[in-house]
Parts: sequence; C-alpha cells; structure tokens
Amino acid sequence: MNDGPGAFGFPHKHLLGIEGLNPIEITALLDRAESYVEQNRQADKKKAVLSGRTIINLFFEDSTRTRTSFELAGKRLGGDVINMSVATSSVKKGETLIDTAMTLNAMHPDVLVVRHPDSGSVKLLSEKVNCAVINAGDGQHEHPTQALLDALTIRRRMGKIQGLRVAICGDILHSRVARSNIHLLTTMGARVRLIAPRTLIPTGIEHMGVEVFNDMREGLEDCDIVMMLRLQKERMDGNYLPSVREFFHFFGLDYAKLEGAKPNALIMHPGPMNRGVEIDSEVADDFGRSAIHEQVEMGVAVRMAALEILTANLEEHLQRNL
Amino acid sequence: MALKADRTPGRVAYVGARLLDPATGMDEVGGVLTEGELIKQIGPKVNADLALEGVTVIDCEGLCLAPGLIDMRVHLGEPGEDYKETLASAGRAATKGGITSMVCLPNTDPVIDDMSVVEFVARRARLQGLSKVYPYGAVTKGLGGKEIAELGLLAESGAVAFTDGFSAVANAQVMRRAMMYARTFDLLICQHPEEPSLATGGAMNAGETATRLGLVGIPREAEIMMIERDIRLVELTGGKLHIAHVSTADSVDVIRKAKARGLTVTCDTSPPYFALNEVAIGDYRTFAKLSPPLRSEADRQAVVDGIKDGTIDCIASDHTPQDEESKRLPFGAAASGGVGLETLLSVTLELYHNGHVPLLDALKFVTSAPADLLKLRAGKLVQGRPADLILFDPDKGWKIEADKLLSKSKNTPFDGRLVQGTVTRTVIDGRTVFVAD
Repeated sequence: MNDGPGAFGFPHKHLLGIEGLNPIEITALLDRAESYVEQNRQADKKKAVLSGRTIINLFFEDSTRTRTSFELAGKRLGGDVINMSVATSSVKKGETLIDTAMTLNAMHPDVLVVRHPDSGSVKLLSEKVNCAVINAGDGQHEHPTQALLDALTIRRRMGKIQGLRVAICGDILHSRVARSNIHLLTTMGARVRLIAPRTLIPTGIEHMGVEVFNDMREGLEDCDIVMMLRLQKERMDGNYLPSVREFFHFFGLDYAKLEGAKPNALIMHPGPMNRGVEIDSEVADDFGRSAIHEQVEMGVAVRMAALEILTANLEEHLQRNL
Repeated sequence: MALKADRTPGRVAYVGARLLDPATGMDEVGGVLTEGELIKQIGPKVNADLALEGVTVIDCEGLCLAPGLIDMRVHLGEPGEDYKETLASAGRAATKGGITSMVCLPNTDPVIDDMSVVEFVARRARLQGLSKVYPYGAVTKGLGGKEIAELGLLAESGAVAFTDGFSAVANAQVMRRAMMYARTFDLLICQHPEEPSLATGGAMNAGETATRLGLVGIPREAEIMMIERDIRLVELTGGKLHIAHVSTADSVDVIRKAKARGLTVTCDTSPPYFALNEVAIGDYRTFAKLSPPLRSEADRQAVVDGIKDGTIDCIASDHTPQDEESKRLPFGAAASGGVGLETLLSVTLELYHNGHVPLLDALKFVTSAPADLLKLRAGKLVQGRPADLILFDPDKGWKIEADKLLSKSKNTPFDGRLVQGTVTRTVIDGRTVFVAD
C-alpha cells in the first residue's frame, strides 16, 4: 500500500482510517482540501480533475449527509458518481459483502466510497478490489473523512491544531467519529479529553492518549474545542443511560456547563444533532461559537481532496504494475 | 412514651454522662450542650453550673451518652404497605430503640425510582418529627432488574445510595452497567446478595435441618457466588459496592480477601446473623423466616469473627415488618423478614457483653461506620452538627416481647430473648422525642 511518493505527499492507495497516518500525511490531505474551500464558494464549482473517472458510493447503512457530501465532491471534480444503498442492493438477497465487492470491481470503478455497520468490513472489502477505497464509516471503528473535516475546521478557525485542548463529549463507546478524531488530534499534538458517563466510555481508552472525565464542568475547564457527539435514542432505554432528561441534565451542552471552557471555545457536532439531548438549541445556534455548519462545508472540500489524491495515486500504482 | 411537644428546645445541657463517641474514641465523663437543633459544646466543662446561665440542665446520672444510631437498612411500609408499618409507627419504634436516622429501602409502592418519591418520603418523615429518614434509590427502574434508574437525579434529590432492596440485581450485564454508571457520580450500590435462580422457592438454609423439617433449602452458595461475582464486577468497573446482610462463613471470607486486595467493597450484617442460627426456626416458627435465611452455628460464629476483625463494616436492623396475615401461614408460604428497630442496640450490645468487641466498637457499627459509608451528617458527636443523641444504660436488662413492640408489625425473631441495653432518652435535632417510662 505504501509504495511510491504519492500525489501531494500522501502515499496510500486507500483511506481506511486515521490510525497509522503520520502528521505529514494528514497535513497533506488538509492542505489539498484547503485549496478547494474557495473554489466551492464560487458560482462555477466544476473542475475536470476526475473527468472520466467512476466513483461508487456504496452505503450499507442509511446516510444522507455523508453520501451527499461525497456525491457533490465527486461531481464537482467532474467524475461520474453512482450511489448504491443497501435497500436496493443484492446484499438483501443473500449476496455476501465480498461478492458485492467483486461484482462492482468487475465494472472497473476508480474509487469505492464505503459505509458499513460492521467494524473492519471496509478494510476486508479493500483487499478484494483493484480500485481505491475510502472508508465512509465502518461500525464503531473509524470515519476518517469526518476527522479530517473537523481538523480542517479547527485549523481554519484557530490557526493550528497542536497544543489545543479538545473535549469530546457524549457517546464515545459507540462512536467511530470519536475514535478517528482521537487518532487525528493526538497525532497532530492536541490534548484530548473525553467526557461521558462511565457506561459510554470504552474500556482501555486511556491507552489511546486521552484523559477521561465524568463531569462536564471539570472536563470542559480551559478547553479550546468542544466536540459533541450524537447520542442514539436506543442508548437511553436504561441499558447505557436511564433517561434523556438525566443525560441532558448532567451531560447536555448548555451555557452553564460551557462556562469553564475558554471564552472563544469552538463548538462542534458531526450532526445530525439531537437538540435538548446532547446539546441545547441556544448553544447549537450560537453563530459566533458554533462551527457546525462550517464542518459540513469543510466536508465537501476534504472529500474532494481525498478523491483527487487517491485517484492520482491509483494511476501511479497502475503504471508501476504495467 | 414518645414525645412530640418540646418544639423549641433552646439550650439544653446533658450533664454527668459517660460520653461515648466511636468516631474519636472518646469515653469520658462529661456533658453535651445543645443549642436549638445543634450540638454547641462537648466535654467535662458542660456541667450543672450552666443552670445559672439559664440553660435547661438534664442530669444523666452516669448513663452513657452517645450519638443517635443510624440504621442503614430499614423497610418502611409507607407508602404502599401502611397496614404493616407507617412512618409514624416506625418512627416511634426507632426512637425507642435509640435510632435517630433510618435509611429506608426503595421497595415501596410506588418504588423509589423517581425524584418525586424521594422527596415525598423525606417530606413525610420530616412532618413526623421523629427519626430522620434517608431513602435509598432503586438501582433499576421499578426494581425490575433490567433498566438503570436515574441514579444521578435521584442522588441530587436526596437518595444516599442505591439498591434494589429485597431483590438482587441478578443480571451481570445490568449490574456491570449500573456500577459503571454509578461510578460516574461516585455513588454506592448496595446489593442483596442472592442468586435468585438458586434461591427461588426456598424457605430456609439448605442442610440437615431443612431436610428434617421437609422444607426447601436455599444453599449458602446462592449468597457466596453472588458476592464473588459482584467482586469481579468491582474489579471490572472500578465502582463502589456494599453487600447487605452477610450471613455465611464463606461470604465473610470472600469479602475479607477482596478488602485485602484493596477493592472498594464494604458489607454489613444484621443482628439475627450473629445472634441466632437456623435452630431458632424450631418447630416451624415463621418469625424466624428471614432473607437471607438463618444459617448454621459455624456461619454465625464466622460472622462474629468478621465483626471482630473489621471485615464487616456496619450492622443494620434489616427491619422488615410483616403483618399477621403474612406470617401466620405454613412456613413455606409465610413471608420473610423480621422487625428490628427496637432490638438493634440491645442485640448489638451482646457483642460487647459476650466479650467480642469493646463497647465503643460495638457502637461504631451502628453510628460512625454507616455515617462514613453513606456520608451522613450523623453518627458522631461533633460541635455544630445536629444534636442527635441517646442516653442509655448498657447493662440494664429487659425481655424482648413481641406484643410490647411499638412497631405496627410484631414479627421479631428475638421474641422472649433476655437482653441488656436500655435506651432512656432519645434526642433528635435538640428535641427530646423519647423518654423511657
């Protein structure tokens, strides 16, 4: 996989996760994405970078935002984008994940963007195809483009990532976003805190270079960035948490709990938000502090960069193998 | 005689007493001055001369003056089973027994799994003006053993610890999550240690006596394995666990070893388990049907040893009122449990009279130890704290007679027992609420 210098200083064939990427590679992706932010704000957003290339968005899990973001990214670069979602695929008819991959592979796509509910499944699929694969979220494992778009948002707002104190709050246990962000932020030199009830803190996470807190006020003390995570309704049935009202009372982000954070602390959320569950509406809509819409904007730029770089690497890769 | 008058206590000096404070080890002659609801001064300087300053002086005549007792495991019938016990009848029984604070189980109807019930119970108890009541919150919603209750909010509204009362949190995953969740807020989970699948249908301790009586036995292992399992869960989660009414030798042993390993485990036992054994069942006496069941003599002795070496932290009455209709039944069908508010002090003092522990240590199990465990502002003689005091004669004997108990239900397993230790006065928040005839 790690063969050749790679386009824009990113040497990998696939983007399967943040774990294992070094600061130079992460910076390469962010720098390239940065260059697309302005283009996306122009009236004419189209480029021909991916002209003639085929991108398949293969989603085994419901998604509107991420899929749309990838679709836009591909189309703005002039590629042909096909969406396949689980409801319409052959998986329901008994075809295995690998069969699906092999079938699609035979159609010669250039990039497969894959989301799947099982951790590790995207890597498994990547081993069976010739094209580049982008992990758009696998189970509770990784969601690398989300971490990259968060990093780009932070870098643009704060001017740096290194040395910042970042709090990630809420359902860490079930969150691939949290895991990718922990890898990225610690790799880039930020100090990461996790704040959640103990039932939502995975065992042994301290070994990933983070500090664990059970109290929002304590954990948010002096933080530059507050990242909230989405809390799924099915976690509130008394297995992990007793109720919505108890969760919001102790862990929902409101101005009172935010007091200890730095005055200009940035508030982030990967969306979609549950207002009144993990975040108070007032805070979510605070134009000066909330970066939530900017995150969505950066998502398209980051995905354009990832598609461009992996496609370029693929050509390099094929030429070497001729 | 229970007193409810005396609403404005002013300044009162209890002089000429033997002051006993297990928290500090104090055992000296002196007095306690109270002002309003609080302790103002403690020591030899509090004497009869204070009468000249307009202080009401009460001569204790050399009796023991100690912090009021904390009973950390009481089943109140109210709300829901008022025909067995009410807050008023429990309060009268408790003050007669020298108990100034009761920690009550959530097995009420409605269950204490909601903030409003915590507040209801606390408010009702305050209106009685007798013993203070601190509620346990339920660990699981409706005591159902499946879904974690709102531990954080319940604690904020006054629940001092969490238990499912008479039933164990049986499912290991639920217990694991409950302990992890409780750790979030540094809360204590208190477990009734009994594996239900081994205990269901059982009426008494499994063994020869059960076999001779033809009763279905509950094996000791039902208790031991639940304790062993929960200790593993303490290791897994880092949570704090308290094991209620330990009754077997192996239970004590397992907890002793867990404590030696530095785990956050504590436990209590109840007077029946160090003062009685399964022989008390005799000819199918349902008053001796308890949960956990009375065990063998070897178990009883091991519980005493656990008290002596500090493995057992607290003693609680496990007060469980059952009306006649629940007890006047064939043994297998009768309800479990015994009343204990009025006998807690006297039976605990048997440990002292039998030479097992010094007097101050015996008191510690029912005063400062539960206060420390549950973080209550009680159980110690401290200046500025609420004046919850008792005067008692540790030697004066009496006979426990079920019919004479103040509890609405009379089901004591100690009926007919001769004991020593008589409370002569109980003071709560500076007010005398009980004086012996």
